[in-house]
Amino acid sequence: MDELLTVSGLEKHFPVRRGLLQRRTGAVKAVDGLDFTVNSGETLALVGESGCGKTTTGRLLTRLLAPSAGRIEFEGRDITHLSTAALRPLRRDIQMIFQDPYSSLNPRHTVGTIVGAPYRLQKVQTPQGTKRAVQDLLELVGLNPEHYNRYPHEFSGGQRQRIGIARTLALKPKLIVADEPVSALDVSIQAQVVNLLEDLQNELGLTYVMIAHDLSVVRHMSDRVAVMYLGKIVELAERTALYERPMHPYTVALLSAVPIPDPRRREGRERIRLTGDVPSPLNPPPACRFHTRCWKAQDKCRTVEPPLLELAPGHQTACHYPENPPT
Amino acid sequence: MTAPMDVPSSAPEAQPGAVLTGAGGSIQGRSLRQIAWLRLKRDRVAMAGGVVVAVLVLAALAAGVLDKLFGLIPTTAFNQDLIDPDLQIPKGAFGGISLAHPLGIEPTSGRDLLARIFAGSWISLLIAFLATMLSVVIGTLMGVVAGYFGGWVDTLISRLMDVFLAFPLLVFALALAGVVPDNAFGLSGDVLRIALLIFIIGFFNWPYIGRIIRGQTLSLREREFVDAAKSLGARQPYILFRELLPNLAAPILVYSTLLIPTNILFEAALSFLGVGVRPPTPTWGGMLSDAAHYYQIDPEFMLVPGLAIFVTVLAFNLFGDGLRDALDPRAR
Repeated sequence: MDELLTVSGLEKHFPVRRGLLQRRTGAVKAVDGLDFTVNSGETLALVGESGCGKTTTGRLLTRLLAPSAGRIEFEGRDITHLSTAALRPLRRDIQMIFQDPYSSLNPRHTVGTIVGAPYRLQKVQTPQGTKRAVQDLLELVGLNPEHYNRYPHEFSGGQRQRIGIARTLALKPKLIVADEPVSALDVSIQAQVVNLLEDLQNELGLTYVMIAHDLSVVRHMSDRVAVMYLGKIVELAERTALYERPMHPYTVALLSAVPIPDPRRREGRERIRLTGDVPSPLNPPPACRFHTRCWKAQDKCRTVEPPLLELAPGHQTACHYPENPPT
Repeated sequence: MTAPMDVPSSAPEAQPGAVLTGAGGSIQGRSLRQIAWLRLKRDRVAMAGGVVVAVLVLAALAAGVLDKLFGLIPTTAFNQDLIDPDLQIPKGAFGGISLAHPLGIEPTSGRDLLARIFAGSWISLLIAFLATMLSVVIGTLMGVVAGYFGGWVDTLISRLMDVFLAFPLLVFALALAGVVPDNAFGLSGDVLRIALLIFIIGFFNWPYIGRIIRGQTLSLREREFVDAAKSLGARQPYILFRELLPNLAAPILVYSTLLIPTNILFEAALSFLGVGVRPPTPTWGGMLSDAAHYYQIDPEFMLVPGLAIFVTVLAFNLFGDGLRDALDPRAR
């Protein structure tokens, strides 16, 4: 498969300024050195707890934020430091689905204006006019095209998210960064939106970078999964490999927390409870960042940072003492 | 673990209006404006204020026509035959109220009070409206820019607002009105005085609305639709004026209706102090100032412009309050 997106050494540090002179006293290391690739047509999921830098990563990929260091290549082209003007044509190819359908649609604009905005902003002419194109999009995402003149407040959360997805699809992007696309929705609606995203991927050949914390949704949708902890990727693997033979202790702990609907199956499982809070990204622990909460931590974990190594084919893990080591 | 996901994707969610289509036609979607209008209509106090405001504006616009209709002349008709030559006050009770002069006449000069109130309303409202517009335009622009860009731009504009708010406006107005000659900037007479008042009142009141707009913008710019516009490659003017400004319409409108009465009062105060529009052109503040000399022997003269100001300011305030309630979706 072709590599659509290549990320290397990506960092985003937010400076913390204090005092009268706004002196820089530290930095929140939201994203601290990421390396991964996204292949054309696949879904890569970024999972992790709140505050691990997933959303920041998404915003860096769409260049809503400027990276502090590292490199982002899209179709072989370095887009890390492109100016706003130089990015504009590229915006057609990289689009974003937002987390909160209640704040991602302008309440003062009609659905037609919202979904038609990409055409106007990118000055794209559609063969049968913008209105027709918008109505086709609404139909594509499962909404009534006659709702063209309605306002967002007239729709439910799931419908609003569909409107947001229609807007995202307007310019036929190659890469879609979906920032928790279903986490703000009711569970019953989540399934519909997830299925819609999958159908659209099959139909239009889309590539997704999906940011999520719901491991069930991730398992359903993704081809590969990257687990993040405190701004770093701790494990990156094919979906089945990651869910069935997780290697990093953090992944193991995350997976053990996924609710199992079947009580009989639930009994046989060991639930790993992580103690303590996620350390502050202002001052992350040295070496392995997970050692403060890891039940397998040794002295080496506190002094030597484990590199992200390919322990099994296509299965990268950053741990000195991995679980389920390859035989 | 994938069990909750196994719902067919074709299952459509309920479409708005679709539920009741069987029962007597579809429900019409309501825009935010229609909802606000419905709420405003239910608020009787606000509607009363609104009606008074509308009547006042119409009366002000039609002041000339009304004068002709009733045969009244505000500035030059001295009804000396109705003035008591000894006391210099109107003959008859209550300041000389009669069918021909429903609000009575001025002491000494004998001019009709109703005609002068009408003529004065025109000037009061014109100055208040235009000064408010000036404040709103400057305030909105500064507020949006400060709130959206933040950083040193915000610091600069915010400090500028502080400077303006700390400015002794009344003293400055008195000084400026005294300094400006009768002919300046290609204007003269009443036109110059009106323009001067609009400038003084409007130019120094913008920080109030500027602060409100800045605060609203600060919260709006964090909303995801701003990011959505950015990720579509929108330029900054588009984000400011197409995405943010429509969301600021409600506070702008409400603040305008609340600023107008303040400006009417300020104009009255300046006229009262003698730096407003000059006699014989009537203004409410000027009439009040004249009436102060007569209040012991002809209190009705003071009551008329005083009531005019009171009713106008009250009506605008009530209407503005009602408008705020109607436009704010949280205040149900």
